[in-house]
Amino acid sequence: MRTNTLVAAAAIVLAMMLPGCGMAGDAIKLGVAGAHSGDLASYGLPTVNAAKLVVDELNAKGGVNGKKVELLIEDDVCKPEVAANIASKLVSKKVDVVLGHICSGATKSALPIYKDAGIILISPSATSPELTQSGAYPNFFRTIAPDNMQAKPEVDFALNVLGVKKIAVIHDKGDYGKGVAELAKGFIEKSGKGEVVLFEGVTPGAVDYSAIVQKIKQSQADAVIFGGYHPEASKIVSMMRKKRMKTVFLSDDGVKDATFIKVAGKDAEGVYATGPKDNSNNPLFQAAVAAHKKAYNSDPGAFFESAYSATLAILNAIDKAGSTEIGAVTKALQAEKVDTPVGTINFDAHGDAVGVGFAIYQVKNGRFVEVK
Amino acid sequence: MDYFIELFLSGLTRGSIYALIALGYTMVYGIIGLINFAHGEIYMIGAFTSFIVATTLSIYGFPLAAIVVVAGVAAAIWSSAYGYTVEQIAYKPLRHAPRLAPLISAIGMSILLQNYVLLAQTSDFLPFPKLIPEFAFMEPVAHVIGSSDLVILITTAMIMLALTLLIKFTRIGKAMRATAQDRTMALLVGINVDRVISATFILGSALAAIGGLLIASHIGQINFAIGFIAGIKAFTAAVLGGIGSIPGAVLGSLVLGLTESFATGYVSSDYEDVFAFSLLVLILIFKPSGLLGKADTKKV
Amino acid sequence: MITAKELTPINKKIICKALKRSLLISLWFVFLTFPIMVIKVNPIERTVSWRWGNIAYVAIGSFVISLLAKAWLVRKERAAAAKTAACPTRASIFHNILQRPGCRYPLAALLLGVALAFPHLFSTYQANIMTTALMYIVLGLGLNIVVGVAGLLDLGYVAFYAIGAYSYALLNLHFHLGFWAALPIGGLLAALFGVLLGFPVLRLRGDYLAIVTLGFGEIIRLILENWNAFSKGPSGISNIPRPGFFGLEMSLDQAMIYMYYLMIGLVLLAIFVVNRLQHSRLGRAWLALREDEIACQAMGIDKTRIKLTAFALGAFWAGLIGVIFAAKTTFVNPASFTFMESAIILAIVVLGGMGSIIGVICGALILILLPEYLRALSEYRMLAFGAILVAMMIFKPEGLIAGVRRTYCFQGRKSTAALQDDE
Repeated sequence: MRTNTLVAAAAIVLAMMLPGCGMAGDAIKLGVAGAHSGDLASYGLPTVNAAKLVVDELNAKGGVNGKKVELLIEDDVCKPEVAANIASKLVSKKVDVVLGHICSGATKSALPIYKDAGIILISPSATSPELTQSGAYPNFFRTIAPDNMQAKPEVDFALNVLGVKKIAVIHDKGDYGKGVAELAKGFIEKSGKGEVVLFEGVTPGAVDYSAIVQKIKQSQADAVIFGGYHPEASKIVSMMRKKRMKTVFLSDDGVKDATFIKVAGKDAEGVYATGPKDNSNNPLFQAAVAAHKKAYNSDPGAFFESAYSATLAILNAIDKAGSTEIGAVTKALQAEKVDTPVGTINFDAHGDAVGVGFAIYQVKNGRFVEVK
Repeated sequence: MDYFIELFLSGLTRGSIYALIALGYTMVYGIIGLINFAHGEIYMIGAFTSFIVATTLSIYGFPLAAIVVVAGVAAAIWSSAYGYTVEQIAYKPLRHAPRLAPLISAIGMSILLQNYVLLAQTSDFLPFPKLIPEFAFMEPVAHVIGSSDLVILITTAMIMLALTLLIKFTRIGKAMRATAQDRTMALLVGINVDRVISATFILGSALAAIGGLLIASHIGQINFAIGFIAGIKAFTAAVLGGIGSIPGAVLGSLVLGLTESFATGYVSSDYEDVFAFSLLVLILIFKPSGLLGKADTKKV
Repeated sequence: MITAKELTPINKKIICKALKRSLLISLWFVFLTFPIMVIKVNPIERTVSWRWGNIAYVAIGSFVISLLAKAWLVRKERAAAAKTAACPTRASIFHNILQRPGCRYPLAALLLGVALAFPHLFSTYQANIMTTALMYIVLGLGLNIVVGVAGLLDLGYVAFYAIGAYSYALLNLHFHLGFWAALPIGGLLAALFGVLLGFPVLRLRGDYLAIVTLGFGEIIRLILENWNAFSKGPSGISNIPRPGFFGLEMSLDQAMIYMYYLMIGLVLLAIFVVNRLQHSRLGRAWLALREDEIACQAMGIDKTRIKLTAFALGAFWAGLIGVIFAAKTTFVNPASFTFMESAIILAIVVLGGMGSIIGVICGALILILLPEYLRALSEYRMLAFGAILVAMMIFKPEGLIAGVRRTYCFQGRKSTAALQDDE
């Protein structure tokens, strides 16, 4: 009996290996890689929806360069080691371009593999400045602005508009959060107008943040700049308001998420957050959201418009270049302007989108409103 | 001085929550010598059940008092049911298996339960309804201690008292102590050991559920992953106090909560957990069976 | 198994009982999963959706699963009853095959042949996944020394893995040290930390040891996360070079296949070393420690020394694989070294069979390849993984292939005959 089960197990494993070897016909293969399961899934899944919507629409119109676009969707759970495996999987499936990855860490480990294979990667959400500004990855593009472009206006806004002097910089010890926090700290120190009275990380998922909130209070900070995502931000803000502290709270686009307001409720009122420029008047944006509502019967999630734009931009570039060869597509991405839900964009020599930037928002009556 | 008191109180609150979860660990360990790694998930399920029940009731317009009572009772009932089921499925068949087998099935259970809630509900953070109102009489001291902290401290203290009485004086409590001391002997004097073990799981799970409800309404949000860190910390607290000892779990939790709070306040929250674990290592070096644990000397 | 003829009244009664029991179980599960499976609230729009359909799935699913489990139990009981009291340590079929030299060498050669041809038969991706699995085999073998052989429950094994990975990443970053120079350094550094961890926990037993090692693992990760000046913090270190081969320029595919062969070599080395260790004087001492610490000490074994060597030798392999990990991913950050990783490695050891080398290999292949091939199940992947862990432990608690120690079989019948003669 033991042998039987083992043989059966071996057969199953072998059978599962086989579909991996399947080949598709003549089509443009667009890889979509990101976190599609696990605790960061809510950041990765909207990108899959966006890619599906764009591709369905284009294929209905006859595809790109007369070829249909085919999606290869892979889950990297935002882990660097899994992302490297996924990248080699996509490369061995002869993918033409990749939309993703979602997290900066995963992107960093996957990028060299795509680079060696001559494949362009366009990310809707990886904001680490190093990715474009180091110049090490000519095959990387993104439709979201890097972190330093949001830390700068955030700090300027706090110092010049709000006129605060003492600032507590708090982060979530994560790749993204700590990165933004460090940039913010640097900008504050360089400006000479303000003082960082506290620079500390909180443990995500800890049961209670009251000790760190006491410490913020003790430091007599006028404002808190938080680098990280909305779950920690809402806990800290709620705790601050519970302690009757009126300290100003500023944060980044990890917090500029409808869920933040939902969770923090009335404690969210007055919180500032940077986020991509408001596009709600852009007809393409409205159309994309409407298409999502029609197809999935729900509002789109995080990075949806950015992913939608990235898909449009890369497929447009392939169309203009007439091939999927890396040099031609790079040239097209840089030269050709394309209308997308995040505005009319093209890409600079580093791979950052020109025409994409950050604005400051404030929560008013349960909504993020742009601060002019 | 104010600062010290504030940190002290926040450490106490944190410690109380750890204690409610740690009791489940320590009771189970005391009786069958098993680290129930799925206990943190039971706490999470307690929080989720109370979230679902409380939100449903509040949508249908029930008064707050009714919501609190029903949500608390429902959380305790369902958490106990999950605790019991986990014990029946994952641990009972393994009672005579090698020592590490139940540990792996516990880790498996923990992954299973987390993903079950993720799939059946959502991966998003959800706002937990405010079950603890802001008391008017607390307003003057609100900047030092909040209403929910007060409720947590009082509830925990009451539960500890009730638990102590239960263990000391009731039939099942005596049976539990007997089983913890010597399972074979307990069996010989006619104690239904299986039932005692199940009762332990049920009791521990109910306590964790109350903890889940309290902490969720204190911080105002939940998701499917909250059980993991809380579980690890509570387990640390249980070991710190001497695993298997009920007063030890409470003492260990308070010590852990206070250490974390003071470490954050006076040193840096960056290394909050480093302090917690270093303290654990230090205490165990000088007292290898924890603060209140029985010294485990073997006679040959 | 049961034909119509065998459906005696007793069997019928058993089946009826089992059906009734399964029905009760399925009712219980309907109750149990009711709030989480059925009610879904939207606290923002303040709507409640009642998903009654899910009840049916739960009911049918739990009914079928409980029936299957019951059937399996009945079968097992019958098999146990039918088993004559033969030689008690009847080794599994694997060991039987492996013990026979006639089978052993051709089988090993066949396996090696398949392993060597693997990257040429399948895509680079498959080879890549297999490399990961091979890495976990070595990690499992290393942890097996500590947990399986010496019986010291270590929940922070991932710390040594992290030390290995970061030692290569940092040495390369600051001193441009190559892969081959970093490989032994990573291993030795991890071993050193193993000894450092070993000292304070010498007096601890069992579960106290478990939590302290867990804490140690967390401390290492937190330091890497917070000490930016030293480790570059959570953003990690990127652009770590892949291993070189006498300065040869390699394409990505070649580099991956090279990596694969490197791991095959390392796995063979690990198997050889661990196997020799287990049967050495030291290995015997570890086993004695596992079985009874007091008796072991009474036998004159230096407990301190063998505990520390167990930690050091276990950690050494983790350090080596850490270096390989950094070279393979070309990027390290602290997020890769969480407690979950330790749990997976421990699961490999326990699931495969503690103290058994073949067991650990099978455990690693299953636990690492399974989630990869379960990708087809997409979001149900981790659910299935958890369920499989639990199921495996319930049905085979001693692991897939339990470790078998060289034993001599007491020939029962002969000796009873001898006894009778004496009388």
